Amino acid sequence: MDLTLRVWRQESPEAEGRFETYRAVDVQPDMSFLEMLDILNEKLLTSGFEPIAFDHDCREGICGSCGVMINGQAHGPQRNTATCQLHMREFSDGDTLVIEPWRATNFPIIRDLVVDRSPFDRIITAGGYISAPTGSAPEANLIPVPKETSDAAMDAAACIGCGACVAACPNGAAQLFTAAKVAHLNLLPQGGPERRSRVERMVETMEEYFGSCTNHGECESACPKGISLDNIALMNREYLLSKIRSR
Amino acid sequence: MLKNRGPARNPLMRIPILSVYRTDTGKKYAMAISGVVLLGFILGHMIGNLHVFEGAHGGEYRIDEYGEELRELGIQFFPRTLVLWAFIRIPLAVAFLIHIHSAYSLTRSNRAARQTRYQSPRNYLAADYASRTMRWSGIIVLLFLAWHLADLTIGVEAVNPDFVRGSVYHNLVSSLSRWPVWVLYVAAQLALAFHVWHGAWSLFQSLGLNHPRFNQFRPLFAHTFAVVVTGGFLAVPVAIALGIVA
Ligand code: FES
Repeated sequence: MDLTLRVWRQESPEAEGRFETYRAVDVQPDMSFLEMLDILNEKLLTSGFEPIAFDHDCREGICGSCGVMINGQAHGPQRNTATCQLHMREFSDGDTLVIEPWRATNFPIIRDLVVDRSPFDRIITAGGYISAPTGSAPEANLIPVPKETSDAAMDAAACIGCGACVAACPNGAAQLFTAAKVAHLNLLPQGGPERRSRVERMVETMEEYFGSCTNHGECESACPKGISLDNIALMNREYLLSKIRSR
Repeated sequence: MLKNRGPARNPLMRIPILSVYRTDTGKKYAMAISGVVLLGFILGHMIGNLHVFEGAHGGEYRIDEYGEELRELGIQFFPRTLVLWAFIRIPLAVAFLIHIHSAYSLTRSNRAARQTRYQSPRNYLAADYASRTMRWSGIIVLLFLAWHLADLTIGVEAVNPDFVRGSVYHNLVSSLSRWPVWVLYVAAQLALAFHVWHGAWSLFQSLGLNHPRFNQFRPLFAHTFAVVVTGGFLAVPVAIALGIVA
């Protein structure tokens, strides 16, 4: 199939960006979206143009590096799918794809489609860990965890930190990311001792960088890992309880 | 770009509840709790309005009596209108101010979070019309409220020249018989419907009230609430337009 691509090009964080139009010819339905970009980049290189910069690493939907807006949707049209796992069979001959980087004030564009997501690291640094000497792993059955709880924690832990929630949110809010990290640790007994300080520090760090949730639900539908809005309610509850009890 | 959230300089911010309100999440709690108060109010107001349909008994319209009953709440122990002011009007005004202030300040924070907008059109999946127009529906309801108070509560001459203090039925009918006013009331009720449609489920999320067993009822509650309240409110102007109430 042949496609028209309108891709955001921007040389540097300060430069003016603009959409450039490219033709992608002979695209195979089995190609991944990133392979399609690779081939386009090769053509650009061989004809003496700058290739399009985009972030990627694992290409199997687990690292969270990839992610662009495709036709106004974070990670494109397929649900529960990271950009690297999106295949060209989702599109048809003659389609025009508009490809734009995540937009949030604190996700500044580094180049083309690459943004700086380090505020997510700040949020993790604020409390997204358990500060206990771990040593060797203890016998798993020593700490009983109800099945429902471990399922919920595992579902939250599936977050790959790609930033699609912020990108998709009309308010540029990072509640889904932060909530997934809070839920993943606060639900489990290992995270228990620090649950209050964790949620307070993580929420307050998040608020320094991002907007606030108005419960649109866009993040949930954009999330490649299907993280649920329930985690946001859980985070709000944990924060409230923590504020009440710490006074 | 960091939002400026250094340590609170204002000593008032050491008061626990204010220090929570200082955070965005705290403002969401305030938004939700004041929203619950306002939802209670509009439900009560809607039910009260239905007295219009009881017409008159012994020369006195039932809704006029109801208005007087409200002013005479607790008359056995307190001066007239004191209970109305202390337990209804002032708390409502406070809830309104909190609701508006938190909305204003969260909107500013959200705008700051995405200073450069998307340059290509967005394709929304989950955000519905109601959720994306909360600010507008809120502003419409606020402007309407100003008119409504001037029209039927205070009786400002320029707004409602036929106003007669205490004659609720008469004021209602004479005001809503003017078509621009009628249109305004109906439009404002629709804006309120959209606002409640999203707000009444959103508040559960903001307050962290969720449970797998009752999550499915949250939107159901919100949508039913919006439909019932709007239906009840619209009944009066519709009845006036149809000549059922005159
Ligand atoms: S490249 Fe690793 S998630 Fe897409």
